[in-house]
Amino acid sequence: MWDYSEKVKEHFFQPRNAGVLEGANGVGDVGSISCGDALRLMLKVEPDTDVILAANFQTFGCGSAIASSSALTEMVIGKTLDEALKVSNQDIADYLDGLPPEKMHCSVMGREALQAAVANYRGEVWSDDHEEGALVCKCFAIDAVLIEDTIRANNLTTVQDVTNYTKAGGGCSSCHEGIEEILVKVMVERGETFKPSAAAQEQEEAKPAGMTNLQRIRKIEAVLDAVRPQLKRDGGDIELVDVEGKTIYVNMKGACSGCQMEALTLQGIQQKLMDELKEFIKIVPTKAGALSRASCHP
Amino acid sequence: MQGIYFDNNATTRVDEAVVEVMLPYFTEQFGNPSSMHSFGNKVGLAIKKARMQVQELLGAELDSEVIFTSCGTESDSTAILSALKAQPERKEIITTNVEHPAILTLCSWLEKDGYKVHYLKVDGKGRLDLSEYKKLLTDQVAVVSVMWANNETGTFFPVVEMAEMAHAVGAMFHTDAVQAVGKVPMNLKDTMIDMLSVSGHKLHAPKGIGVLYLKRGTRFRPLLRGGHQERGRRAGTENSTSIVGLGKAAEMAMEAMTFENTEVARLRNKLEAGILAKVPRAFVTGDPSNRLPNTSNIAFEFIEGEAILLLLNKFGIAASSGSACTSGSLEPSHVMRAMGIPYTAAHGTVRFSLSRYSTEAEVERVIQVVPEIIAQLRKLSPYWDGDAPKAEPEKAFAPTYA
Ligand SMILES: Cc1ncc(COP(=O)(O)O)c(C=O)c1O
Repeated sequence: MWDYSEKVKEHFFQPRNAGVLEGANGVGDVGSISCGDALRLMLKVEPDTDVILAANFQTFGCGSAIASSSALTEMVIGKTLDEALKVSNQDIADYLDGLPPEKMHCSVMGREALQAAVANYRGEVWSDDHEEGALVCKCFAIDAVLIEDTIRANNLTTVQDVTNYTKAGGGCSSCHEGIEEILVKVMVERGETFKPSAAAQEQEEAKPAGMTNLQRIRKIEAVLDAVRPQLKRDGGDIELVDVEGKTIYVNMKGACSGCQMEALTLQGIQQKLMDELKEFIKIVPTKAGALSRASCHP
Repeated sequence: MQGIYFDNNATTRVDEAVVEVMLPYFTEQFGNPSSMHSFGNKVGLAIKKARMQVQELLGAELDSEVIFTSCGTESDSTAILSALKAQPERKEIITTNVEHPAILTLCSWLEKDGYKVHYLKVDGKGRLDLSEYKKLLTDQVAVVSVMWANNETGTFFPVVEMAEMAHAVGAMFHTDAVQAVGKVPMNLKDTMIDMLSVSGHKLHAPKGIGVLYLKRGTRFRPLLRGGHQERGRRAGTENSTSIVGLGKAAEMAMEAMTFENTEVARLRNKLEAGILAKVPRAFVTGDPSNRLPNTSNIAFEFIEGEAILLLLNKFGIAASSGSACTSGSLEPSHVMRAMGIPYTAAHGTVRFSLSRYSTEAEVERVIQVVPEIIAQLRKLSPYWDGDAPKAEPEKAFAPTYA
C-alpha cells in the first residue's frame, strides 16, 4: 500500500469541489496516456477581473489523482488566472504534504488541466509538450524519457554523467542497472558502445563564452558566501580552494565536514553553482576535508 | 486483525496447525540436517516427511523429484536457466505474455543475451491458440514455460497437453503452478511436465519457501552450487522450519481439495453474481468457465482500481487490482492489456481471491459494500453522468493525452 500523507487521504476520502460545475466557462480535459488517468477541470471565471470564482473537477484516476485534483481546486479558487497559472506541480504536492515519487505524475496532470482550462477560457488551443516515461530513479522521481533525452542532448556516456545532469541514480543507486540500459540503447544509436569503466565526462571547455576566469571565480565565491551564514549557524563553514576547469575544490569545515549531511549539502551547493554559472560543474571536497572526515564519526 | 481478506492470490494466512508443527524446529530441533549427531538427524527425518507430503500433493512419482527452494521466483529462474544451460544448442524459449513477472522479467533479460523468446498471445478471455503454439515448436526450443493458472484472472492453460506437444520436438516443459498447487488436483507422474514451480505462501505455508518439481531424468543444472543439500541440486542449508510447515500445509491442502472446488467455488460464484447483479457496467475478466475455484476478477468500467481498493480498505476489505497505480508502474496490468481490455476498464479491475477460511457472512458483506463504493467513485468520473455512463462515454470525455 502507498504511504500516503494524512492530507492526501483526507482529500481522497472527502474530495472538495467534485462533480459538474454549472456555468463553467473554462474547461480542461487532460490525461496521461501512459498511466491512463484522466481529469476534467471546470472553472467559473469572472470576466472583468479574471478571478476564479469556482473550480470543480471530475477524475478517472487513483487515490492521489483524486486528491491532487481536489487540492488543485482549493488552491486556485479566489486567484486570478495569472496567479493560478503560477501553481506548480511541486506546489500541489507540497499542499498535500508530499506525494510518493511514483505518483508525481498525478500532480503534473493537475497542472496541465489548469493550463488547458485557462487556454479554453481564453479561446486558445492548448497543446501538451510533456512526455512521460517509466519511473527509473525513485529517490528523485526521474523518468526514462528525461534520462534518455538528456543522454542524447549531451552525449553522455556514463552513469555518473547521468547523475550529474539529472540527479537520477544519485540516491540509493539501485537504479544504476536501469540507467546503464538506457545508456547502452542511446549509445548504440550513435554507434558507440557503453563501457562501464569509462570515466565521467570531462568537458574541455572550461569557461562559458562571455565570462572571464576572474568573473567566474567571483561568481563562485558569491554563491559560497550566500550559503555560509546557514552553514555557520550549524557550526560549519565552506572555503573555496581552487577552480580547475569544471571542478571546484572546496574545504568543508567544522560540523558539516564528515557528517551525514555533507554529501547533501555539497549537492545543494553544486546545484546552486550550476544555476548561477549556467554550466555543468563538479564540487569536490579537498584532502584536508577528507582527512577531517575520517576522524569525525557521528 | 479484524477484516475481510479476499486477497489470497497475493498471499495466504499460515494455518495455525502449520505454525504448530513448525515451532519445535526453531528451538529444540534446531540442528543442521547434514550433521552426524542426533540434533541433525531428527531434522533430516522431518524434511523427508515433508518431501513426501509435497510429493503426494503433486502426484509425483518419487519424493526425490521434490527440490526445496526459497520461493516461487527461485523455482522459476532455476527451471528456465537450467534448461538453457543443459541444452546450449537450443536458443529459443516459448512462454506467454500473461506470465508472472518471475518469468517475464527473466525472459526479457535473457533476450539481451541473445535468446529468442516467443510470447504466445491470448484472446479476449485469456485463452491460448494452440495452433500458434504448434507452429513455434521446433528443435530450436530449449524450454516452454506456461503457467498452470493465471494469478490475476485464475484462467487455466492446458499445460498437460502443451507438455506433450513440447516433448514431440524434444523441448523441455516447465509450468509455474504457484497459483494452482493446492487448488487443482495433480498427478504429475502421468504427465510430461518436466518442471513445476510451487510457492508455499499461496497455500497457507510461510513465505520464503518454494519447491521445484523436477521429473526424474530431466537434465538439470543447479542455480546455486555449493553443499550437497537437495542432492546437490540446490545448495544451502535447508530452511527446515519452513520445509516442515510446507509439508503440513501440503497435507492439509490435499484434505481440503474437494472443499476448495465445491464450497469455496460456491462462495466465489455467489460473490460474483451478487456484485454483477447490483453494479452496472461491470464484467468478469478471463475465462469464467475454466479457472481457479477461488478467484474472481471483475472490471468496473470508468473508475480506477486503486481508488476502489482504498475505499474497500476503509471498510476493512482487502482485495487487489490490475490498475497501474497500485503497482507503481504506469501501465495497467499486462494481463488485462494482453486480453485487449480497454484502458477505461483495465484500470478498474479488482481481483477477489477467497480461501477455505472465507465465510458466507464475509461474502454477503462485500456484496453489500462494493456497489456503494463503485457508485461513489463514479460520481467523480468524467465518463459518468448521474446513475449511468454518458451516452458514448469515450466521446463525451476525450482528454488531450500526454
Ligand atoms: C503465478 C506466480 N508465479 C510466481 C510467483 C512468485 O512467488 P514467490 O513470491 O514465492 O517468489 C507468484 C506470486 O506472487 C505467482 O502468483
